[in-house]
Amino acid sequence: MNESDILARVKERFGARVLAEYTFRGQTAVTIAPETLRELLLFLRDDQETQMDWLMDVGGVDYLGYGSDEDERDWRFEVAYQLYSMGKNHRFRVKVAVRDETVEIPSVWDLWAIANWEEREVWDMFGIRFTGHPNLRRILCHDEFVGHALRKDYPINKRQKLSQPSEMILCEKVEWA
Amino acid sequence: MKRLDQGGPGTHVQPIPTELLTINIGPAHPATHGTLRLQLQLDGETIVNCGAEIGYLHRGYEKQAESTFYQLVIPYAERLNYMGPVNNSNAWCHACEQLLGIEVPARAQALRVITSEMGRIIDHAVCIGTNLVDIGALTNFWYMYNYREKIYDLYEELTGARMMVNYPRIGGVAMDAPDGWFESLIKVIDEMGEAVGDVRSLVERNRIFMDRTIGVGAITKELAIQHSVTGPCLRAAGIPYDVRKAQPYWGYEKYDFDIPTGEGGDTYDRTIVRFREMEQSVRIIKQAVASIPGGPVMVDDHLVALPPKDKVYNTMEGLINHFKLIMHGIRPPKGEIYSATEGGCGELGFYIVSDGSPSAWRVRIRPPCFANYSVFPKIITGGMVADAVAALGSINVIAGELDR
Repeated sequence: MNESDILARVKERFGARVLAEYTFRGQTAVTIAPETLRELLLFLRDDQETQMDWLMDVGGVDYLGYGSDEDERDWRFEVAYQLYSMGKNHRFRVKVAVRDETVEIPSVWDLWAIANWEEREVWDMFGIRFTGHPNLRRILCHDEFVGHALRKDYPINKRQKLSQPSEMILCEKVEWA
Repeated sequence: MKRLDQGGPGTHVQPIPTELLTINIGPAHPATHGTLRLQLQLDGETIVNCGAEIGYLHRGYEKQAESTFYQLVIPYAERLNYMGPVNNSNAWCHACEQLLGIEVPARAQALRVITSEMGRIIDHAVCIGTNLVDIGALTNFWYMYNYREKIYDLYEELTGARMMVNYPRIGGVAMDAPDGWFESLIKVIDEMGEAVGDVRSLVERNRIFMDRTIGVGAITKELAIQHSVTGPCLRAAGIPYDVRKAQPYWGYEKYDFDIPTGEGGDTYDRTIVRFREMEQSVRIIKQAVASIPGGPVMVDDHLVALPPKDKVYNTMEGLINHFKLIMHGIRPPKGEIYSATEGGCGELGFYIVSDGSPSAWRVRIRPPCFANYSVFPKIITGGMVADAVAALGSINVIAGELDR
């Protein structure tokens, strides 16, 4: 099964809930709304044909001011989930459309434990919240940091003063419950 | 042995009131080999809870990569995993080439394979050497660093720099190998193979080493899948996943090599898998040198490759071409790509979103260490502090890649 077959299978199953699809240099991706995310990821993971059992990466993208008029989209952010199937040796990308920072994405940390840290990084860098995340704190930047560094409206040369040592970090215990 | 308050010998002794002790390891600690902070809660010597904090080496790599031209990111990329720098810059150029849709000449591909495998060898050499130092075996460190120096000498001969070599370019590599370089490479690689065997025989059946590492910090298959662990840590757990085999690039499918795997996924297995991978890298380099094709080392595409210097200085067209590439950069089409290669620690992925301008709209790096380290608090809980140090070294966490 190659990537365009996966795309066809997802479209067949999810129909109009696929907001957009991309094919570029043999790689395919779909964009969906946050409420479809868990259902789609579970489908791709458990379906016999796709078997996407690995979540390789989660990364946000800020499309503020991207391209020209023809690239106009109704959402500002996208969060891209890179899936990989160890058994079938194919990849697929699922992107979640996030209209603005008030929209929350359902967390998938209970499906893949790596999503715990990856989602913390998306929150840290883009300010996108994840519903149901056990410990949504900054991960790379300091607790005192104001703003979200990878947004396009955060200036690259901005400097902030950080003075306090960070708090106790043992509260991660909740993730083993 | 039972503790006194659990009815062992001497139960007449009243239980001693104890309380949990919280200690910090890092961010600057010799055993972390980088800037990591761990907070441990100890019951006696046993770790009952562990929190990990990262970000002390966060340099805004992804933001920086968005604001400079594609070709100017190459030196930054080498600062990701600075133990095997060329693997990262090769991977970055590979991602850009996938975005541009160009194929690199065969000779440049072979040179990338050779430099990447050299990078893998020194990455593993440092990892094994420092890990063994942490658990008390200093001799191996000198053996490993000795040959690391020789590989740095080879890099210097090839590129002019020792560590951060800035060797690949988008569309090929910067320069061809000088005369006699392959011969000296084979000589060093042969000696290296012997040294790896020597060190391996020093530790493989060593009672102290086995006692310190077997069953310590084991990453099971299930845990590895949950945390997307890749690289030697995954293969030690028994899953033979290697991007070089699964989705070959640069002609890796032409070379005959094995994927070493372990069984238990513990610290011992990880170390042995690294030893065996170094032997496989030696095999790959020998095959690549023996079968290296002739021809150019840079793609013949004036939109990507800089013209040769004599054309720049002697022809108008060459000068304009050079000026355009330096000042206006390389312009890939609009689109997005996820490109994966096998770095020293696992799958190194670059997710690039392009808007058609000479700098990327978004660069997301999938650093193997980020996933590998996220599993660390789980595998050391229940063990001893000294075991945590042994396990940390064998996971090979490179802070530059972890924090970007």
